[in-house]
Amino acid sequence: MFNDTSNIWHSRYPIKSSAFALQLLKLDGPLLLLISIACLLGVFVLFSASNESTEILMRQLIRIGVAFAALLVTAQIPTDLIRRISPWGYFFGLVLLSFVLFLGDIGQGAQRWLDIGIRFQPSEIMKLAVPMMVAWYLHERKLPPSGKHILNIFILILIPSILIAKQPDLGTSILVFTSGILIIFLAGIPFRYISVLSLLAIPGSLLLWEFMEDYQRQRVITLLNPDIDPLGAGYNIIQSKIAIGSGGLFGKGWTNGSQVQLEFLPEKSTDFIFAVIGEEFGLLGLLCILIIYILIIARSLYIASQAPDLYSKLLAGSISLTFFVYVFVNAAMVIGLIPIVGIPLPLISYGGTSMVTLMIGFGILMSINANQKLLST
Amino acid sequence: MSKNIHIKDHGKEKTLFLNRIFISSLVGLFLFIIIVIRLIQLQVFEYDTFSQKAQGNRINLRATLSPRGTIFDRNGNTLAENITAFELIITPEQVIDTEETMNNLLDLKLINPMQIDAIRKKIQKTQKFRSITLRSNLNDQEIARFAANRANFPGIDLQPKLIRHYPHKNYTSHVVGYVGSINKKDQTRLNQSFYNPNEKTGKTGTEYFKETILHGEPGYYQFIANARGREISLNENRKNNTFLENKPALPGVNIFLTIDLNLQILATDLLDERRGSVVAIDPNNGQVLALVSSPSFDPNIFNENLTTSKYNELQRNTDQPLFNRAVLGTYSPGSIIKPILGLAALQLGVTNLTQRHICKGHYSLPGNTHRYRDWLSSGHGSVNLHKAISQSCDVFFYEVGGRIGIDRMHDYLDQFGLGQKTNIELAGERTGLIPSTKWKKAMFSKKEDKNWFPGETVIASIGQGYMLATPLQLANATAALATRGNRFKPTLISAIENPINNEKIFNESQELTQIKIDSQSYWEEVISAMHNVMQGSGTAKNVGLGAPYKMAGKSGTVQVISVGQEEEYDRELIDERFQDHALFVAFAPLNNPEIAVAVIIENGNSGSRVAAPIAKSIMDEYLGY
Repeated sequence: MFNDTSNIWHSRYPIKSSAFALQLLKLDGPLLLLISIACLLGVFVLFSASNESTEILMRQLIRIGVAFAALLVTAQIPTDLIRRISPWGYFFGLVLLSFVLFLGDIGQGAQRWLDIGIRFQPSEIMKLAVPMMVAWYLHERKLPPSGKHILNIFILILIPSILIAKQPDLGTSILVFTSGILIIFLAGIPFRYISVLSLLAIPGSLLLWEFMEDYQRQRVITLLNPDIDPLGAGYNIIQSKIAIGSGGLFGKGWTNGSQVQLEFLPEKSTDFIFAVIGEEFGLLGLLCILIIYILIIARSLYIASQAPDLYSKLLAGSISLTFFVYVFVNAAMVIGLIPIVGIPLPLISYGGTSMVTLMIGFGILMSINANQKLLST
Repeated sequence: MSKNIHIKDHGKEKTLFLNRIFISSLVGLFLFIIIVIRLIQLQVFEYDTFSQKAQGNRINLRATLSPRGTIFDRNGNTLAENITAFELIITPEQVIDTEETMNNLLDLKLINPMQIDAIRKKIQKTQKFRSITLRSNLNDQEIARFAANRANFPGIDLQPKLIRHYPHKNYTSHVVGYVGSINKKDQTRLNQSFYNPNEKTGKTGTEYFKETILHGEPGYYQFIANARGREISLNENRKNNTFLENKPALPGVNIFLTIDLNLQILATDLLDERRGSVVAIDPNNGQVLALVSSPSFDPNIFNENLTTSKYNELQRNTDQPLFNRAVLGTYSPGSIIKPILGLAALQLGVTNLTQRHICKGHYSLPGNTHRYRDWLSSGHGSVNLHKAISQSCDVFFYEVGGRIGIDRMHDYLDQFGLGQKTNIELAGERTGLIPSTKWKKAMFSKKEDKNWFPGETVIASIGQGYMLATPLQLANATAALATRGNRFKPTLISAIENPINNEKIFNESQELTQIKIDSQSYWEEVISAMHNVMQGSGTAKNVGLGAPYKMAGKSGTVQVISVGQEEEYDRELIDERFQDHALFVAFAPLNNPEIAVAVIIENGNSGSRVAAPIAKSIMDEYLGY
């Protein structure tokens, strides 16, 4: 008996100390845990998707390490400072984007990269810079914003979105655009404006169609009828649906998915990794992943709702909801609900810059969370 | 612009924000539910469809070729078999430097410099893991040269491949035939699902005629393939692959021919590259013991990389080695038909065993001055049927033939199988021709040509004029004489053998309608006259004299009136080509015949002097003397 109670005391102590450490590092325990789980599962799936390549596995682990470091650093930055540098970040991003358009590297048929010692995509900066800028623009103004302000914000969002779409990188462009628009929504734009904007969306989409490259139009057509060209444009979506469908309830087992292992499934480590989970772990596996995402989003939205000031609220809300859009667009395109746009599955897909950007986003969330706790105590 | 001071209602803003977060969450949840519904649709309701599609994706079929049946002679000597040849292959993905490798192979003279460009193109078009054949049928030196340098050639390998081989070369080529690549004509004939485009198919002889049973049925095996069709070997412990189907190929049936290889070789050697043919038949069942067309060719050359010049050489050769004279060559039978006409005359009562005619060396139709000459210009004097056959007196048959008449002549020759296909197992057999008034009416378009003239009956009586027969038909008719009227369909197939359990099914002899001759004495009279030809006072008496067994024969020496079917020859050749064809038929032993032979030597001059000794040697060999 005596020994038992002493054990309880001893076991509690480390928990207390780790909670303290998290607070000291301005980290949110639940969010950090959920993100880590998602990343771990991602590594696990990636090993199978890359045909058991330890090289790819190591690279992804390094990226995750770098990304977590970025999260940790960002979390230490006071929200105030983040707010104050917001416009500078936005303009800096715009300058870089223009550079890319004129003298960028060409990677995979698109001009996205800027070679500055390390290769990186300035469009990634915009994923955060745009919501920061919009939140900054609104934070001292009265909510809901007036029509004039909404128009200004629209222009702020559209300029980088169009520049990115020109690269062409439709996926990122959509994410950047959405992250800004979401703030307008969160800022309480009246529903009558929303209905007007929705009506504008019709000519807007026609305009978008005009701006689209041939391959992008092809993707829309393919979504509507993949069997038009099953070995060409329709191949990806057909193989992806076969992979997921043939996974059934419980999947074929880790490293046993024939679509994945025999390379019928294209882009299986990156954009189509959701289909890998579907084939090897079945409906059950996908539901687990989706639940983890829902929990991440829920925790993020909770942080947003608790944020102490308007800038933090809007930015945290935008980051949370953009993350949702990320997940939704990737999952929906892989299962053939929307056309294929190059958006990876966040935290799981193999790839560098987007992982870092995501983690910086979460770092901002944690900074906001820490700021709120500081104020409330 | 003056800075506006906003009166901010923080409580209201907070509610508005929370409200918006709530709406977003609802919308988000709704969208997640749509995704889940879609997943349930794909993974639960459409699971079977997609599961099958995934299987179809990864399981590929590959055909396994069936080994072709072996062809044997009647005693089990191999006439056609499959042997292993080696081809040089390249697997591009394993090659470090393709250009260097090609140059090194060129230095070793293992590839043809003319084909380098074609090989390069092929390598570019084919997936890197698939092997490409660089050269086929390497000879021993080439194999040794490559083996010695193998270490320098990663990605280059020797691959065994079954090819057809004919160990007895030109001795059996016209009977066995040969195989060659499938052409458009073959495609329409063959069951395409049984053939790989690179396979070979029978082109002539037994290889052609018995293609369906020789070829066998290909099998297949299923294997796991990746998206590019590469075969993936699975770790058996981890991945269960017993569901893969494997249907082994059914090998082709082995065929035993009726041919006696020794006889075939002897006959070929006796013809000694002269244009001609020998056919020997067992009269008791119609089995063909030897079937030779000379000159012949080596069928193995069709397996090697036959250059067109080599083939053209065979095609252009005026001796026509590719032409199977035994069944495709048609010749005037000449005096060979005299025993048959003698039988007809006796049966019809237009002469009898003792009736005599005076032969003065020529014959004229009543009321006509045209003289039909006997081969012996001095004449045979007083001849009866027996002497007319043994001495081959033409005048006797001019006279008797006129009495029989062309149509009855046709009927009797027809009973012996002349003028009709024997339906032997060889393609393209010719019908030959036995004229009749009906035939002439149908054959000619001008009215004055449609009539049959008495003079045409005269020359038909000694087997000339329109009359044509193949060597096989003559041997077949001789076999019918030997058995005194029992006829069998000539056949080349002795038995077929199941290659798996070696069970043999023998080909039963097919008896044909017996020849109707009322009196046995008629047969014996004619046959004794034929015996006299070889072993008495007849035209070939020197040939059969002193033999330990009794034999019968009949010579024929046929004028080459017009040039043969298709050739157009050099002027220098004309003289030789206008010499008479030498024919001889024979059978032995006289009373229990075991073999009937027909020998034809084109432009051989004399049937009894040139063709008869060959017939006799063949009978000696077959009967064991």
